[in-house]
Amino acid sequence: MAATTTATVPATRSAAAPVRRRRRLLSYWPQYVAIAPFYLLFLAFGLFPILFSIYLSFNEWDGVGEMTFVGLGQYQYLVADPRFWNAVSNTFIIWIGSTVPMLFLALLLAFLLHQSIRFKGAYRVAFFLPNVTSMVAMAIVFGSVFSDSFGLANGFLRWLGSQEIGWLTESWAIKLTLVLMVIWRWTGYNAIIYLAGLQAIPTELYDAAKVDGASTWRIFTSVTVPMLRPVILFTVITSTIGGLSLFTEPQVLLANSGGNENSGGPGEAGMTIVLYQYNQAFTQFDFGYGSAIAWALFLIAAVFSIINWRLVREREGLADRRTRRAGR
Amino acid sequence: MSGTILDTTPRLGDPGQQRADRSAVRRSLAGRIAIHVGLALTALISVFPFYWLVAMATQSTAEIFGYPTRLLPGDQFGVNVANLLDSVDLLGALLNTIFVALASAVLVMFFDSLAAFAFAKFDFPGKDVLFVLLLATFLVPGSLSLVPSFILMSWLGWVGGFEALIVPGMANAFGIFLLRQFAAASIPDSLVEAARIDGAGFFRTYVHVALPMLRGGLAFLGIFTFVAQWNDYVWPLIVMVDPQRQVLQTALQSLNAIYNTDYGMVMAGALISVVPLIVVFLVGARHFISNIAAGALKG
Repeated sequence: MAATTTATVPATRSAAAPVRRRRRLLSYWPQYVAIAPFYLLFLAFGLFPILFSIYLSFNEWDGVGEMTFVGLGQYQYLVADPRFWNAVSNTFIIWIGSTVPMLFLALLLAFLLHQSIRFKGAYRVAFFLPNVTSMVAMAIVFGSVFSDSFGLANGFLRWLGSQEIGWLTESWAIKLTLVLMVIWRWTGYNAIIYLAGLQAIPTELYDAAKVDGASTWRIFTSVTVPMLRPVILFTVITSTIGGLSLFTEPQVLLANSGGNENSGGPGEAGMTIVLYQYNQAFTQFDFGYGSAIAWALFLIAAVFSIINWRLVREREGLADRRTRRAGR
Repeated sequence: MSGTILDTTPRLGDPGQQRADRSAVRRSLAGRIAIHVGLALTALISVFPFYWLVAMATQSTAEIFGYPTRLLPGDQFGVNVANLLDSVDLLGALLNTIFVALASAVLVMFFDSLAAFAFAKFDFPGKDVLFVLLLATFLVPGSLSLVPSFILMSWLGWVGGFEALIVPGMANAFGIFLLRQFAAASIPDSLVEAARIDGAGFFRTYVHVALPMLRGGLAFLGIFTFVAQWNDYVWPLIVMVDPQRQVLQTALQSLNAIYNTDYGMVMAGALISVVPLIVVFLVGARHFISNIAAGALKG
């Protein structure tokens, strides 16, 4: 920043200024060298692919032959493609079905962990464990727990004398299994983040509420939740992005449950948007359409991130008004 | 202090207050038990699939398929592993994964700390704009560029090679942002200044002053990168096209897809792919978890 202020040197010496500025810039070369790798890598492997994918989505290309320009053709096909809309609807069902209970549960867990109790460290490790292990291995384990023929889940139902469920063959059960996997993997992670948020709330606020005679529930809704709002926003946005780009779970879980490969099981009931993108680009070698799907997903994710953000902000406004009214 | 003294003073002649105190204690004990039951149940559900993985990896496929379901581990682990090593080159995939994860961790630690040190402790023209630009790259979604990234790799001739897994992520915004926080908090300006007066240049100061003081942040970033690389699946699935040269996750997936009738064997493979990572996590768990949480709060 300092170099840009060299314009203020007296006019008589202005002829020498550019030279001096260049020399000064040169004297910073170690710093520029230190930060350069990130920017070069981002240009090559971050920015370029994104720009290139816009171009690809206007073309028809199988990766080897000639590229044909089709204008908005891929997007026109996308809008009328029932398989794409099936994938969108599946993704939404799994995303909402997992995110809502998961975040509630995480908040509750964080609230319990925040009480001064023993074994807090051990609980945290146990809750976080699902998040650091590979989804491929865990999808294989879930596949066997929910296997139609020999799985633990159906074994339990049989033991109860209840009817067995086609966890990996029936449309609704496939989605439920995927929802359970997402909840299992991410509840602990979100709980740990909420816990950190809780620990950052000044205890004076709780003390003041207690002095005012507020009940535990009242303290939770009027102190804890409002103070956690930025953290909640963070978890909602990460859950949205993660939920909308669900891939490994359906791809591995439903690999052996019938239907075509990489199609989300029977009736494509577990087909998600990213799985469909993978299917079109890397099993059908339709690179143009794959890119168009990617951009459609990006658009959907951007819209929902904005909605999330506005919702949380509006609530904040509402809560402010409510507390102001209560204060009167 | 005076408050606590007052509280411990016995309130004679106020039996109502005493009863209230006792019931409060009892309620909080019941409450504490309820809290532990809730937490322990959730912890059990979190850990159960790992137990189940162990139970199945140690049973024969016939035992797994049997009814009633066998809930305890068996003694067939050796047999399963022997079958496994006959069917796929899991050992090779394991070594490949260790190599890729280690190389990534070391390179990320190096490039990110170098950039973080420059951003945290030096002024140079354009610094603020460049840092905002760096933060803006957080907003770029990864799944957007699977197709073009694959094409780029094929142009570079990197398809099927480890370069494709290591090079694109060698320096990343997350690590630079994180280490810059660490550097700003833990490296005193006076030390950097002292090094400059002693005639040490930027890189000497980096090696002798910054690196030792960034140990904590570097350890976290290293473990984080190692875990992320170990678990990465989509990108290796796309780019590691050579069946002879796989990483653990893709080898495990093809094992699951091809040999899905031999469950005991597939489970043994899954167990082998999970155990080293759990060990790494448990060693650094406390540090790791609090850094993840702190990162989320700042972000």
